[in-house]
Amino acid sequence: MAEISSLMHGFSVALSAYNLMLMFIGVVLGVVIGVLPGLGGANGVAILLPLTFTMPPTSGIIMLSCIYWGALFGGAITSILFNIPGEPWSVATTFDGYPLAQKGRAGSALTAAFTSSFIGALIAVVMITFLSPVVASFALEFGPPEFFSVYLLTFCAFVGMSKGAAFKTVASMMAGFALAAVGLDTVTGTLRLTFGHTELLKGFDFLIAVIGLFGIGEILQTMEEGLAFKGVQAKMNAKVVLETWKELPRYWATSIRSAAVGCFMGIVPGGATPASFMSYGVAKRFSATGDRFGTGEVEGVVAPETAAHAAGTSALLPMLTLGIPGSPTAAVLLGGLLIWGLQPGPLLFVEQKDFVWGLIASMYLGNIAGLIVVLTCVPLFAAILRIPFSIIAPVILVICAIGAFTVHNSMFDVWLMVIFGFIGYVFKKLDYPLAPLVLALVLGDRAEDSFRQSMLMSQGDMRILFANPLVGSITGLALALLLWPLLSALWTAVRKSLA
Amino acid sequence: MKVSAIFKNGLTVAVVATMAAIAVPALAWEPTKTVEFIVPAGSGGGADQMARMIDGVVKKHNLMKAPLVVINKSGGAGAEGFLDVKGAKGDPYKIIITLSNLFTTPLATGVPFNWKDLTPVSMMALDQFVLWVNAETPYKNAKDYIDAVKKAGPLKMKMGGTGSKQEDQIITVGLEKQTGTKFIYIPFKGGGDVAVQLVGKHIDSSVNNPIEAVAQWRAGKLRPLCVFDDERMPYKAKVTDTMSWNDIPTCKQSGVDMDYVMLRGIFMAGGVTEEQRNFYVDLLKKVRATPEWKEFMEKGAFNQTALIGDDYKNWVAKEEQRHIQLMKEAGFLAAAK
Repeated sequence: MAEISSLMHGFSVALSAYNLMLMFIGVVLGVVIGVLPGLGGANGVAILLPLTFTMPPTSGIIMLSCIYWGALFGGAITSILFNIPGEPWSVATTFDGYPLAQKGRAGSALTAAFTSSFIGALIAVVMITFLSPVVASFALEFGPPEFFSVYLLTFCAFVGMSKGAAFKTVASMMAGFALAAVGLDTVTGTLRLTFGHTELLKGFDFLIAVIGLFGIGEILQTMEEGLAFKGVQAKMNAKVVLETWKELPRYWATSIRSAAVGCFMGIVPGGATPASFMSYGVAKRFSATGDRFGTGEVEGVVAPETAAHAAGTSALLPMLTLGIPGSPTAAVLLGGLLIWGLQPGPLLFVEQKDFVWGLIASMYLGNIAGLIVVLTCVPLFAAILRIPFSIIAPVILVICAIGAFTVHNSMFDVWLMVIFGFIGYVFKKLDYPLAPLVLALVLGDRAEDSFRQSMLMSQGDMRILFANPLVGSITGLALALLLWPLLSALWTAVRKSLA
Repeated sequence: MKVSAIFKNGLTVAVVATMAAIAVPALAWEPTKTVEFIVPAGSGGGADQMARMIDGVVKKHNLMKAPLVVINKSGGAGAEGFLDVKGAKGDPYKIIITLSNLFTTPLATGVPFNWKDLTPVSMMALDQFVLWVNAETPYKNAKDYIDAVKKAGPLKMKMGGTGSKQEDQIITVGLEKQTGTKFIYIPFKGGGDVAVQLVGKHIDSSVNNPIEAVAQWRAGKLRPLCVFDDERMPYKAKVTDTMSWNDIPTCKQSGVDMDYVMLRGIFMAGGVTEEQRNFYVDLLKKVRATPEWKEFMEKGAFNQTALIGDDYKNWVAKEEQRHIQLMKEAGFLAAAK
């Protein structure tokens, strides 16, 4: 139990009044950053990084990682209230969170989101505390074929889960792949589909597309439907937190599954965004009420939030032990470590005990601080929906525009956002699902890169995707999930014919 | 008497200093609003680390009154950042840090951009490239490894690197030309990824920069074989139990006559005044004099050549010609339009 004593030592490092103050400041800043779309955790941490150079490294990383936790919490707020994901990993939270808000249950949705975020993070931190050496070496098993199989699994877990015509799902996903292909191709180093326009060479940023498709699209639709948010009747209710907590233990199975998916994706490192999508897909498939997902199920909020936070937290592990960032924010933190004179890598745990265990202890404390901050604000956040649409809509539009501009500091992106807004509106009118498009846009080029890297490695031999037990079982699982609807239909047919 | 003499001298110095202090701001240009520091690469990479390091040093030592903001514009292998600064002609509030993609991106993609669109400010350092293998492999030096690659035959051994048609692949092609071998070159998104792939034995070798692989080297996971420079790195402090950067032989000594170093330098937009440029030259000189910078240089085993003015400009011009030559030989040039 050397870990316990190390952890206690960590708490003694982290639990100073100065560090606790930094923790709360960090969490509050993080929530603000998470709420503003476009100004992601990575940007926020990058902007504030220089401020921490005068602090001791442990205090610096405590503050920065608390900004990170805050951003993870904050991303859910706008997703649930306005259908605008503040962060990429909260896209899946909109699927059920926004319908819940429309039913007047915004408070429940927010409470469920924050609580499950906390539980996901807690499970991940416990894993980091006790299993870090084992887990870190597991990440080394992942080469290009393994990465591709994980992406394949994410897509397969998601296909067939949308309601409506399968053809529309596939069409929407293919549109996403096409958009993801624009820009520089990593494997050949040449530009694709830019048609000579230099604005297009950076490709379509996922965040801009999401702000447009979801945020602007939603506003256009609300305008058509009579200029009113359906959640207006939401009552200010301070007890909503306790009431939702009574409901949450019912979803323990989903929580555990989602946390497992999240930890796995964080370590690999696949990232919080695919983790949230995959977990939502898996939860839908295994839940008893899976067919009601998308209409406002609390369980549909629990699944992606638990996974996103578990992944976001465990993503720090490969950064500390291997020096590979599991997320863009982790990449910026990595830069911070180097400036503080710390070398991330296998020796960090040995040489910088104070720092590492102080950070791990701050993960426990920071998440508790985060939970307290956001939960006390739930009634406040939910009350935002009581503001008349004619006042709040222009505010949302401005925030969206600022968000789109912030991503690359480019006015072109704001116009792009408007175009995506119209596309989102048309998709909704024609009943095409947006989620597959978004998923393909965020994972399309990574999946493509890892597939082509694999093909380079094997010189075109597809058997590389089954070459060892690890990659073989992930690919097998992906194919099984893909064919599941077919298999279960077949099974029902067989049973019927027997009966 | 002595006291008053000192006082008098002190007073003279003070008066002169005050006069200088009054005189200098009246002449010299200095920024009065936020300066954007563009990084034409993703966050967490080598250029990004250096930019954030400079940003941190400037803030910590209060070297500039106006705020500095680091912005990543990595799209299109950095073309996004270069085009942004190119479009800001005459704007002294944008500086950009460059890597070899200053040359390789326009050559490989045909994006309309050349370093002559920018104003060279200062070279900060040169980044080295080292040939790395997994520490569990039997290869003790570059010759062992090259022999093994030859023996395995063409397209059997895998070389991982950052990006495509950029510095890592240029070195790989140079290595192939020198030794008559042929690797499978596998491009990854960042240098850190490449080092981890090598530790996980998904690839056979890499040409990572020192800072990208040093952590894995110290942990005994990777082994350096040779450095692609014409002389050894100067740092003699032990990095692992037995070796310092200086103990790594040059590739030339190991029988592979290939050298390549990468520019880490600062540019401004075109059409700025001499005074505006001098401000940044001076600022960066102060940055290079800080202890934090020196520690950073040693940690990343950088070649501390720093040039300014015409020397820098001439160096860049020469390096451009060399890249045109190297990329032409490798067949990486974009089709002429």
